[in-house]
Amino acid sequence: MATLNSTLKSPADVQIGGHGPDNLPPHYWGGGDGDHGGDDEAPRFYERLRRYRMGVAVGLASVVMIFVALTSAYVVRQGLGSWDDRTATYANDWKPLPLPETLLLINTVLLLASSATLEFARRNIHQQGVTAALGHIPGVATDRESSVPWLGISIILGVAFLIGQIAAWNELQHAGYFVSGNPSTSFFYVLTGVHGAHLLGGLLTLFYAALMPLLGKSLDSRRIAVDATGWYWHFMAALWLYVYALLHFVK
Amino acid sequence: MVCPKCGTSNPDVNTFCEKCGAVVSKPVPVAVAHDAAGTHEHGQAHAAHAPHHAPSGFIRKYVFSLDHKVIGIQYFFLALTAVFVGLFLSVLMRIHLVWPDAKIPGWGPIMPEQYLTLVTMHGTIMVFFVLTTAPQSGFGNYFLPIQIGAEDMAFPVLNMLSFWTTFVSFLVMLAAFFVEGGAPLGGWTFYAPLSAIPQAGPGQGLGADMWIISIAIFCVASLMGALNFITTTLDLRCKGMSMWRLPLTVWTWFITAILGLLAFGVLLAGGILLLMDRQLGTSFFVPGGLVVSGVQIKHNGGSPLLWQHLFWFFGHPEVYIAILPGMGVASQLLSTFSRKPIFGYRAMVYAIMAIGFLGFMVWGHHMFMSGMNPYSAFAFSLMTMAIGVPSAIKTFNWLGTLYRGRLRFTTPMLYAIGFVSLFVSGGLSGPFLAQPTLDIYLHDTFFVVAHFHLIMGVAAIFGIFAGTYYWFPKMFGRMMSETLGRIHFWITFVGAYAIFMPMHYIGMAGRPRRYSDIRLFEYLHSTMTVERFISIAAFIVAGAQFVFLVNFFWSLWKGEKAPDNPWDCTTLEWTTSTPPPFDNFAGKTPVVYHGPYEYSVPGAPADFVMQTDPSEVHSEGHGHD
Repeated sequence: MATLNSTLKSPADVQIGGHGPDNLPPHYWGGGDGDHGGDDEAPRFYERLRRYRMGVAVGLASVVMIFVALTSAYVVRQGLGSWDDRTATYANDWKPLPLPETLLLINTVLLLASSATLEFARRNIHQQGVTAALGHIPGVATDRESSVPWLGISIILGVAFLIGQIAAWNELQHAGYFVSGNPSTSFFYVLTGVHGAHLLGGLLTLFYAALMPLLGKSLDSRRIAVDATGWYWHFMAALWLYVYALLHFVK
Repeated sequence: MVCPKCGTSNPDVNTFCEKCGAVVSKPVPVAVAHDAAGTHEHGQAHAAHAPHHAPSGFIRKYVFSLDHKVIGIQYFFLALTAVFVGLFLSVLMRIHLVWPDAKIPGWGPIMPEQYLTLVTMHGTIMVFFVLTTAPQSGFGNYFLPIQIGAEDMAFPVLNMLSFWTTFVSFLVMLAAFFVEGGAPLGGWTFYAPLSAIPQAGPGQGLGADMWIISIAIFCVASLMGALNFITTTLDLRCKGMSMWRLPLTVWTWFITAILGLLAFGVLLAGGILLLMDRQLGTSFFVPGGLVVSGVQIKHNGGSPLLWQHLFWFFGHPEVYIAILPGMGVASQLLSTFSRKPIFGYRAMVYAIMAIGFLGFMVWGHHMFMSGMNPYSAFAFSLMTMAIGVPSAIKTFNWLGTLYRGRLRFTTPMLYAIGFVSLFVSGGLSGPFLAQPTLDIYLHDTFFVVAHFHLIMGVAAIFGIFAGTYYWFPKMFGRMMSETLGRIHFWITFVGAYAIFMPMHYIGMAGRPRRYSDIRLFEYLHSTMTVERFISIAAFIVAGAQFVFLVNFFWSLWKGEKAPDNPWDCTTLEWTTSTPPPFDNFAGKTPVVYHGPYEYSVPGAPADFVMQTDPSEVHSEGHGHD
């Protein structure tokens, strides 16, 4: 096409919307780099891993916003009054809810434990993945799957948490605190309910991750599934601590 | 799995062969591009991560497609359907306003509460299913990956799910018309306590529940889409495509996705609380002491203001979601058809970010009349006026792009210029409404209706039209008719001004919103002439949209075949074939050497330098051959 004289000044002086003397930007942000070449599996795996981790991080931002909205509703509602016919004034009608503390504490321990076991599962599967690549070197042993089924234990603990949450709801209902009662109860049900719903989503993904070997999925795909879900799960545990603290301390 | 190199049988979990180390795992179904100079040392490695093949079968290709291009077109057709539903509702409204007793064939006269239903559903359908869908999910899905040099979105399955979730949301919304009691009538803003009490009015029962459920489903779909857009933009750019070389369309899709990510969660939370108020007897939004149809409502202690805050915290970013992609398209088109780089590319990018950021801080300007503290009003007012600054920067830069350009007045260019005109017209009434003192008078009048229609109902729509005429050749391989395009443009452009400019006047005369029959108010009788004028203009403009429809569908089959780059444009979608192949670039990942708007570069052989052009171009006159 063009026989442009390239012995003259560098294109650096004509930069409309682009930049850099050799027209290729420095590596930053991790993108804009394209492929690292097609002859090695590992960078592509780490690209995929980064992509899924980024997706989880971005998705969690939206979950944070849901709880920001619920928190602000919670705080605003606490300060409001409602019309009291007797005194003909707006009186604050927020009655702090007596939380089913024992159950909630047990549930917290279960969830934190499930986070810990899932972290073991995550590290273990990464260890397997990294050492598998060295399997062709004679004498190097690759890590086999750990004898303790950490992923399965995490799922069981997660299910136990959700059952415990439902039990906490039942305890409240037996004590006469229903969702439509005092606003403090309504918020308890909303906050724990929305958190539980998101946790259930994570749980279903963990189920899928546990079933992946039976579906013939590769180790790489399984690593990504357990890793991404692991981070999501840890966030859900932290979010639960936040919700519990909010319900407990901001009364 | 059997190793393709040495034939040893390996356990399924292995990625690498235990004996020879070659890759044995199943092909990973990920968007993997190959370098143009793609030779590989291990042929087996190549086979193991084979590029994803084009799908076969009607369902896989056109229904549950994972291809972002098909999904973009699906969203586009969803929005096209929605816009004609919304248009039909608005025509019924305009008929009713000038002939209140008119009997609609097959229905009868429009009762006042039915008028409110029309208002509600027109607003909801247009804002959610047209303005949030077409510019972002429609064009963004189709062109974001191509413009950054990627094969597809980061998460194609999630993309497919987000379209079908939006589709379900639309069906639920339409179903609200047909359930007992009909569609809700509380405005697209759905204020409590009207919306929180099912017995508060016709359509506020099951219809309102369906509305909330539809919007909740829409929120989930939008959040999934936003996640995809953000991850794709950050992670899938090809070599050389730095953030500062992104076309402005990509910047707007990216920032819009961030806005959506942070805003829709709040609407979802609000919707959940509202549904609980309606169905579970909670009192988040319902104050005490309400009596509806002689019956005391048992709820107590809720705050209608809380709903307003939650809704508008979402609602304001939502309108920026509606306009930003249109701004990106306008920038792209003005630059292309002026044969000039966009004036002040970096300023444009910073302005987009500033509009996005400030958009989260102004929601209170929808609530000036809610009884809020005047100091809060002052703060919101200041922030609202501040948003005018980056918007003005963009407007001046568009004008700067046009200035002394070699203008090509193609239909897309007409729409881009029309966009700037309407954005200014609609935007200028904004600072008036941003003054709390003025808003005391203007709130809930037709002045507000004029403002948001000019800027959303016309300017943003013009952005969609501009994008349609511009990208139609690339999407469908044929050109649209320029003649029909011009007819469509001029009638719509002049007609839109004819409809909405007079609304400022009647708004200032005190014409309130949402009133179905102004004959009942003597002080409004003199505005009836203006209302008639508006309605006639509306009927003409509505009719002109069928010109667009005819042009669109006729061109799909009979339009002139389009070359790969009919507009001589520089961005990546014009480097590939028309329509693009399954993986966008036929296996050759692009490498980017230039910014997106290198038009009329001194010393270049043509008046545009494509982003992928590897030749060096510089300003000395010696560059010609």
